[in-house]
Amino acid sequence: MSKVLIDLKNISKSFDGQMVLDDLNLYIRENEFLTLLGPSGCGKTTTLRILGGFETPDKGCVIFDGKDITSLPPNKRQLNTVFQRYALFTHMTIAENIAFGLKIKNKSKTYIDDKIKYALKLVNLDGFERRMPDSLSGGQQQRIAIARAIVNEPKVLLLDEPLGALDLKLRQDMQYELIRLKNELGITFIYVTHDQEEALTMSDTIVVMNQGYIQQIGSPEKIYNEPENAFVADFIGDSNIISSTMIEDKLVEILGTRFPCVDTGFGKNKPVDVVIRPEDVILSRPGTGKIKGTVTHLIFKGVHYEMEVAAAGFEWLVHSTGMFPVGTEVDIDVDPFNIQIMNKPASEDEEAAGINE
Amino acid sequence: MNKKALLKKKLLGTPYFIWSAIFILVPLGMVFYYGLTDRTGSFTLENVLAISTPEHAKALGIALLLSLIATLICLLLAYPLAMILCGQKNGRQSFIVLIFILPMWMNFLLRTLAWQTLLEKTGVINSILNFLHLPSLNIINTPYAIVLGMVYNFLPFMVLPIYNALSKIDGNVINAARDLGANPIQVFMKITLPLSIPGIISGITMVFIPALTTFVISKLLGGSKILLIGNVIEEEFTQASNWHLGSGLSIVLMLFIIVNMLLTAIFDKDGEGSFL
Amino acid sequence: MKKTILQKLYITLIFIFLYAPITTLIVLSFNASKTRAKWGGFTLKWYGALFQNRDILQALFNTLLIALIASVVSTIIGTVACIAIMSLKKRSRAIVMGVTNIPMLNAEIVTGISLMLLFISFGLRFGLGTILLSHITFCIPYVILSVMPRMRQMNPYTYEAALDLGAGPVYGFFKVVFPDILPGVLSGFLMAFTMSLDDFIITHFTKGAGVDTLSTKIYTEVKKGIKPEMYALSTIIFLTVLVLLLFINRVPAEKDLKK
Repeated sequence: MSKVLIDLKNISKSFDGQMVLDDLNLYIRENEFLTLLGPSGCGKTTTLRILGGFETPDKGCVIFDGKDITSLPPNKRQLNTVFQRYALFTHMTIAENIAFGLKIKNKSKTYIDDKIKYALKLVNLDGFERRMPDSLSGGQQQRIAIARAIVNEPKVLLLDEPLGALDLKLRQDMQYELIRLKNELGITFIYVTHDQEEALTMSDTIVVMNQGYIQQIGSPEKIYNEPENAFVADFIGDSNIISSTMIEDKLVEILGTRFPCVDTGFGKNKPVDVVIRPEDVILSRPGTGKIKGTVTHLIFKGVHYEMEVAAAGFEWLVHSTGMFPVGTEVDIDVDPFNIQIMNKPASEDEEAAGINE
Repeated sequence: MNKKALLKKKLLGTPYFIWSAIFILVPLGMVFYYGLTDRTGSFTLENVLAISTPEHAKALGIALLLSLIATLICLLLAYPLAMILCGQKNGRQSFIVLIFILPMWMNFLLRTLAWQTLLEKTGVINSILNFLHLPSLNIINTPYAIVLGMVYNFLPFMVLPIYNALSKIDGNVINAARDLGANPIQVFMKITLPLSIPGIISGITMVFIPALTTFVISKLLGGSKILLIGNVIEEEFTQASNWHLGSGLSIVLMLFIIVNMLLTAIFDKDGEGSFL
Repeated sequence: MKKTILQKLYITLIFIFLYAPITTLIVLSFNASKTRAKWGGFTLKWYGALFQNRDILQALFNTLLIALIASVVSTIIGTVACIAIMSLKKRSRAIVMGVTNIPMLNAEIVTGISLMLLFISFGLRFGLGTILLSHITFCIPYVILSVMPRMRQMNPYTYEAALDLGAGPVYGFFKVVFPDILPGVLSGFLMAFTMSLDDFIITHFTKGAGVDTLSTKIYTEVKKGIKPEMYALSTIIFLTVLVLLLFINRVPAEKDLKK
């Protein structure tokens, strides 16, 4: 594993008495693509602004490459930001925009010209030097914002919902573009988004946040397959979250039916939440599964069918390549390793804090 | 939309088009007609060239000098003020802006006259200065008082456009500049100032033109000793009844206005810094 | 911290600069002495005398009447003109807007004398009518410039949607377009009213003998000395506007609280 580049220690921040971040701890490794993911108001943008130096935390410190930079102004930090809605300088040409940071550092003219050429090539916009930002499309402006940041050779690039204003197709193209850029540049990307698909596609590490607390940190696969609490399960992809009882290790009672599972250590007869992804629900002919149900909705989604099945008083969301018409009686079954057990939060505060021993 | 509906919409503008032709364009034409003819109705440049007589040239010179000084002072006072206003929270912002517009509801002549009371030898300001054992201020009936009156009356017209221009700047653009290494002075010089130029230009127009052409402020605060070009023109119309000369001098004034309008058009293409 | 104290100090100084004359006028309205140079003790007599003074009341009536008619007429003409201007081609639109800008950018004294020359050559009798024509002329641009941006922001399809759903053009305008541009129309109206109320220079050149607005009345009184009733009147006007504005400012704040 590469070394730790940024360490956020015990960061707290409130605005007008409203707690936005509460005792946040997070480290970021060199050359990592780390995504802060969460709904609006979860504190992800504030975290990014603290990293960029646009906000000072009320408590805690930011360690960058072994040095405390908590109160260092943004212009003295070795990281650059790609802002929401690009924030290009509309009174300057594209070349002047890109040259902005280099001119301030008093780089030579030939150096700057070379850098502009290189950066425009990197973002596939050669020859745009003399254009004005207003004459560019949203996607092009986005690329310029990235070019403007990377010519300064930052160790870390902060990206604040950079694709939020683009349409779907462009957004998907830009996702691949960003991955390519990161690999070419070999620097750390810290990416803020509320779009879970974006996070899953691009990241090495995802940090799921809610109400100022980190809910879970992990690789995309881990976050998706093993959500640690109901919030993460609900926020990442579709899922069936069902109140259940852990009978004993490796046995859980879901809606009155006992299912074998692989989780241990929850105790005996403990209330838990169970997460089952819709694609993990197995539908079969009556008499071959564990719970009896009836199909109530059916939609064709292209790669699969989406169905809703009423069974044991719960509306199960099911994705399947097999089709069962509305009204069909079916049986439901789930493989033991597709049942994800989570502790029930005792209170709302605890739910927000994501406490999960 | 079909052609007939479009035509109907255009017809709606007829009252205004006729109105602006009769009450804006024709009157301006008449100023030019009177300014370029003599009493017998024949063409002459005499009325326009009359600006070069010592008396008129002096009035124009003083007016230019005082209005330029007043514009500069307004700009220097207004810019920091507009920046402070922009930094306020939204709720307070509108309240503070209101405070700057509110004085306009007190009659402009009375407000200016009140400065007489404040500035007089035995006036309020000198009483305070006396009380503090400071030297007294004798600027009433001097050019200084006229400049003060101009600054006082026209300051809001400088604050509001600059404020509008500044408040349109995206906070992230400022952040982006800082992020790219600019210190606060560089941010101001390279980003904030250039982006607020439309506001500055329209502020300058809104202060300079009324200041240059005023005849009221000079009459109320300058005694009757200091004549500005506005006073000369006003007297030609109301007392001397020499409309030809008055119109000729007005044409000269309009040259300044046109130059100013052209500058505005160059710098403020989208009307972004407009007062409204 | 230090910075905000400096900022507050600066705002306070400017505030004093702007409001010192207004405070002076308000104080003078309670001054028992007739000259403004001397404080002769507190009195309310000018407020009483104000309502006996026919000249001032007549001037006030003229001022309000002119402001009201001018702002209503200019709001109607201006708003209707905006619809037409929007449908013009780019080039002719630029020309119309250029002409519209003239009264705003031109010196008031030039606007005043140009209108005076016009009325003389038409042989109009100078009086309330000529003042009104002039006021409407310089008020229309304020209306157009505050309605135009609203019109431009409007989604053009909403009007077409109304027509599509069977509304006639007039019904569609009042039900769909008008509510959208209403804030612009209102602010244009207020702007026009204020400008008309406060105008002196243009009225000065276009009024006839014997007809006065408050501004021209004050101007003629300057030489003889302003009557203290005038201070009383302007204090009343100022305080009324202040209270109204505070009230208007309050309403949205309370709405926010309820949310």
